[in-house]
Amino acid sequence: MSDTAEILDQAARWRADGKGVALATVVKTWGSSPRQPGAKLAVNDSGEFVGSVSGGCVEGAVIGEAQEAIKDGKPRLLDFGISDDQAWEVGLACGGKVAIFVERVE
Amino acid sequence: MKGKFLDAVLAAGREARSAVLATEIASGAQLYLDDHGFDGDLQLDDAGRETMRNALRSGRTSTIETAGGMVMIEAFAPARRCFVIGAVHIAQPLVPMLIATDYKPVVIDPRGAWATETRFPGVELTTEWPDEAMERLKPDRASAVVALTHDPKIDDPALIAALRSDCFYIGALGSRRTHAKRLERLAAAGFGENELSRIHGPIGLNIGAVSQAEIAVSIVGEITQVLHRGDG
Repeated sequence: MSDTAEILDQAARWRADGKGVALATVVKTWGSSPRQPGAKLAVNDSGEFVGSVSGGCVEGAVIGEAQEAIKDGKPRLLDFGISDDQAWEVGLACGGKVAIFVERVE
Repeated sequence: MKGKFLDAVLAAGREARSAVLATEIASGAQLYLDDHGFDGDLQLDDAGRETMRNALRSGRTSTIETAGGMVMIEAFAPARRCFVIGAVHIAQPLVPMLIATDYKPVVIDPRGAWATETRFPGVELTTEWPDEAMERLKPDRASAVVALTHDPKIDDPALIAALRSDCFYIGALGSRRTHAKRLERLAAAGFGENELSRIHGPIGLNIGAVSQAEIAVSIVGEITQVLHRGDG
């Protein structure tokens, strides 16, 4: 939780500085997944981010969607299935499936 | 997330209070809950609100299905703390292990020669007596208390304060004989068998630990076990 508090704190600071901010949160996982439900990533409109929602395999895509969410204000649910083969190729031993909710901080 | 709920979650965390936020995935509508009650525009039925109340207690994040589709019930538990009674040798490897496993350690030892910045760099230290320190710092459901001094004058007041709190873990260092004597003293102080059974003694998992660092591993292992699996 201290981890989550730090991420939310950074989100609040960015917001206080007038930046657009979005939060990505792990909602559900299936199979082996490195982060548990509730794990968070905060992104600002310049693409800076803190926290993590996977072992690093889906962060790039999540940050892109989060920046879209900052622009259009629409919440979205992202589903990622990571096969063991893909996981091996990107050098991550994750595998499994993960659903991530992305929302703009209003 | 609504900005006001972001601020509310952060404020609750700073005050060691729990908070729960329900978010309807399709719409982003939210309902917030803490010990002051519900706030927000997401309509949830009784079962949904009950799930939120349970999450406030358990700290578990989950999802439920509702008429409006999936709702994420997210629990924000206050930061975990560990009260370390005794700035002793074993506390030195224990403290960094606690930090690595997400506890904020507070080292309490009224003997000023032990509780020094040199021995515990960057760690919250106090030379108050344990009963005073714990009265001030108020261990809660997210707290563990470990008594390490072997000295009843220091350990007992800490254990008494721990038993009167909602802390999830209490452990006390010492042999079986030492522990039996300790339980006799605490029983004489008015604690019943059920209350005393909250104290893990001798402290730590039975992994054959020999060195100070290994004993610290067994303590952190036991705290972790109780945190995630509960006692017994």
